[in-house]
Amino acid sequence: MKLYEMTACEAAAALRKKEVTSQELTESVLERISGVEGIIKGFITILESEKILQEAKKIDKLLAEGKKLSPLAGIPMALKDNICTQGIPTTYASKMLENYRPSYDAHVTEKLKEAGTVLMGKANMDEFAMGSSTERSFFHPTRNPWDISRVPGGSSGGSAALVAADEIFFSLGSDTGGSVRQPASMCGVVGLKPTYGLVSRYGLAALAPSLDQVGPLSKDVRDCAMVLDIIAGHDPRDSTSAKSKDNYVDYLGREVKGFKIGFPKEFFGEGLEEPVKKVIMEALAKSEQLGAEVDEISLPKTPYVLPCYHLVVSAEISSALARYDGVRYGFRAREGDTLSELYRQTRSRGFGSEVKKRIILGTHVLRTEHYDDYYWKALKVRTLIKQDFEKVFRDYDLIATPTSPTTAFKLGAKNDDPQTVHSRDNYTRAANLTGIPAISIPCGFVEGLPVGLQIMGRPFEEGRMLQFCYALEDMLGVKGYKPEISVEGGH
Amino acid sequence: MSFEYEVVIGLETHVELLTESKIFCACPNRFGEAPNTNVCPVCLGLPGSLPIFNENVLKLALEAALALNCTIAHYSKFDRKNYFYPDLPKAYQISQHDRPLARDGYLELVKDGKLIRKVRIERLHLEEDAGKLMHDEAGERSYVDYNRSGVPLIEIVTAPDIHSPEEAHLFLESLRKTLLYTGVSDCKMEEGSLRCDANISLRPAGTKSLGRKVEIKNMNSFRAVQRGLEYEVGRQKEILKAGGTVALETRRWSEEDGATIEMRSKEEDEHDYLFFPEPDLPPLILSEEFIGAVKSKLPELPVDRYFRLMEEQGISPYQAEIITSSREMADFFEETLKIFPQPQTVSNWLLGDVSGLLNSMGKEIDEVAFTPQHFAALLELLAAGTLSGRLAKDVLEESFQSGRHPKEIVQKKGLVQISDEQELLRIVDEVIEDTPNAVNDYFAGNKKAVGFLMGQVMKRTKGQANPQLATKLLQKKLKQLEK
Repeated sequence: MKLYEMTACEAAAALRKKEVTSQELTESVLERISGVEGIIKGFITILESEKILQEAKKIDKLLAEGKKLSPLAGIPMALKDNICTQGIPTTYASKMLENYRPSYDAHVTEKLKEAGTVLMGKANMDEFAMGSSTERSFFHPTRNPWDISRVPGGSSGGSAALVAADEIFFSLGSDTGGSVRQPASMCGVVGLKPTYGLVSRYGLAALAPSLDQVGPLSKDVRDCAMVLDIIAGHDPRDSTSAKSKDNYVDYLGREVKGFKIGFPKEFFGEGLEEPVKKVIMEALAKSEQLGAEVDEISLPKTPYVLPCYHLVVSAEISSALARYDGVRYGFRAREGDTLSELYRQTRSRGFGSEVKKRIILGTHVLRTEHYDDYYWKALKVRTLIKQDFEKVFRDYDLIATPTSPTTAFKLGAKNDDPQTVHSRDNYTRAANLTGIPAISIPCGFVEGLPVGLQIMGRPFEEGRMLQFCYALEDMLGVKGYKPEISVEGGH
Repeated sequence: MSFEYEVVIGLETHVELLTESKIFCACPNRFGEAPNTNVCPVCLGLPGSLPIFNENVLKLALEAALALNCTIAHYSKFDRKNYFYPDLPKAYQISQHDRPLARDGYLELVKDGKLIRKVRIERLHLEEDAGKLMHDEAGERSYVDYNRSGVPLIEIVTAPDIHSPEEAHLFLESLRKTLLYTGVSDCKMEEGSLRCDANISLRPAGTKSLGRKVEIKNMNSFRAVQRGLEYEVGRQKEILKAGGTVALETRRWSEEDGATIEMRSKEEDEHDYLFFPEPDLPPLILSEEFIGAVKSKLPELPVDRYFRLMEEQGISPYQAEIITSSREMADFFEETLKIFPQPQTVSNWLLGDVSGLLNSMGKEIDEVAFTPQHFAALLELLAAGTLSGRLAKDVLEESFQSGRHPKEIVQKKGLVQISDEQELLRIVDEVIEDTPNAVNDYFAGNKKAVGFLMGQVMKRTKGQANPQLATKLLQKKLKQLEK
């Protein structure tokens, strides 16, 4: 077994036992990157090997000195390119910020630095995290390690593909409507969207601030809990940051007997591919074998999730992205004599088409004459959806659904049909609208492509959610399957 | 045919709050520093930055709202006001739209001892200031200074209750005074810590409905507000007299031209600010206890103090106005009265010599070392006849400069007035003996010679002779000699 094939936890354990050094782990990962990154293209920026190795050696020295560091010290990782890294390009996968280098680190960047993890680079994504295939990156698409003719999902497609391809031990993504979970599902890795407020958003470029959360993508559930332990917790720089956190790793290995799991019938209807459904139902059956009680439930407001989500997201996007105007930083169009022409040219040419479409939609729905009909109504519906979930959580500990109705689709395949693209992501939106935690774990394969099971829990009950997923992961027996990355592709 | 019009004015005032740091970040809130030195990712609106509400802003805004007799909202929230401009780094201003911090207040205007107008305050809300644009002289380049970006502001909107440019001026003076009393702002229009836009319309006298209003901007002093509005009254009157219609527009006051100039029409392109609730900040939920605690710490407000001092101390409206012009002055007055309870004397000296010295030094009463204790002691020395009026002025000046107690000055310099008859008589005798020419002049009928002789007496006593007594003794002596 190559070093890069280990999970973060295994690698960390080997480090502690002095069987390997961080330098060796990093070199192994660099070797892997040089082997497959040319095919996968999961990075936008890879840091200079020398600098990375310097960092790894520093950690080795600290460990040798007996310094008390976090369990993940010395472990190579990557960050989605919308998470600020001081002095390191943070492009948002957009022409608008192609050469932008932040002056400060995001909260999560700081946390991972403090923990002694080794940053390898910045992961590819859809431009400004808008999209579900990573094809909307200004730079290049990323390929799915399980089949390089397919997309890795999105928008955190780079973060997911890099973990699946063993190019890094774990990564961070951001999730506004499923952008961590959907690519995790398509790439066969674990992806968690924490409860809104559990992880500080400071330094995460806003897409829709009332929905955005940073979350880990990892090779297994234990790694996920370990990363969450590092990045969760109060940050006074984010007003929406929660006051406290739990110790997530502590939950792993506990009994899950008697857990009540609900599967909402609205998530198993039209649009869900039959083979995917079958894999999910098998996973639910295995949950029962663990002693969990599994019932069909109903979330009757589900049909309103998508329209509500689109109104909230586009409105917030139009405001969040207004600052990219060419005045202070980023791309500036040189044409135009007037201020409004500078704005027009810069924004017309700096943003991709999907971004512009959503800005236009958001501006439209926020207009005074439309506000009550659209945005205000969406906020009210959002409250109803929340109540829908609260009601279920009175009786059930967890809700289980497919993460995505399909497995990974072909590059370029469905891009022309926005309706398909949007409805495809319908299963993940509700967790963002309601703020609850949701995770996707690999639960099987359809024609060699991974299928993800989504588990949603009560706010701030990530611990119990991970406890259940850890037990189920063991029972499912899909962990450890690795894609064979080949230029030919297949399927 | 005669036209009688009533002027209707409403004011929108922006006031910067005197906090240590900005409203949503820890950058210092300071005026006049090198451009772009008091900035951080938050007030520069860099990607990923988030606002954190400075609780001190809330306290000051509440004080202002309570001083303006507003009803405080137990629930208010922040909203985004979206528009593009280079001085606005996020391309939205965090403000309050439909749920402002406070509503329905009023400010009373007084003049000559009487309440002349109660101007209603429609709303008071919190928001952040924008940066400042600067243009080079050639007009080729523009620069932005973001030091001001994120400075806390309150916007105060009045009802259309003001009926003349002078009243608008008086309103601003009263508002300034009230806010200075509470200490929430330094209200310096020249530094932009108080800014005012006006809406003005005319209507036929006696009618109720509002005329077509014009918004006036860029009035950068209290005087400019009055002049701008006066100009606008004249302009609109002429239009109406000629049977025309006032265009709905925003106009800019030009100090150089002494006129308002059209900026933009409101009829064609009313801007939509796309307001929506700020998702990055929680709502402001205030308990009755919290509001009550802030209220209980409010100082007595200028209007109340003005009427109280007139009634309690019997001072004139003019005196009361000057004395209550600042909280410090009024405090000084009342502190002095506690020791030396003669309001007229205290008031006369305060408005006379004390104010004169302050003006010449360019200082406020709380910026000099002269205290109410000093002041009362000085007036006591004067009342006891220890000091002449002349000497008292000297001692006052000395005390102002050095901060020393008047009694100490008097003692050290031996400045006590000589009122001892024997002592003075001895000096008078000396003078008469030493200056026979002057005495002869006097006997020759030149009564002015008395003045010269008095001068000699004062010279020999270093000015300390009790002038009335010395004159009396000198004249008595001369009359004796003449016989």
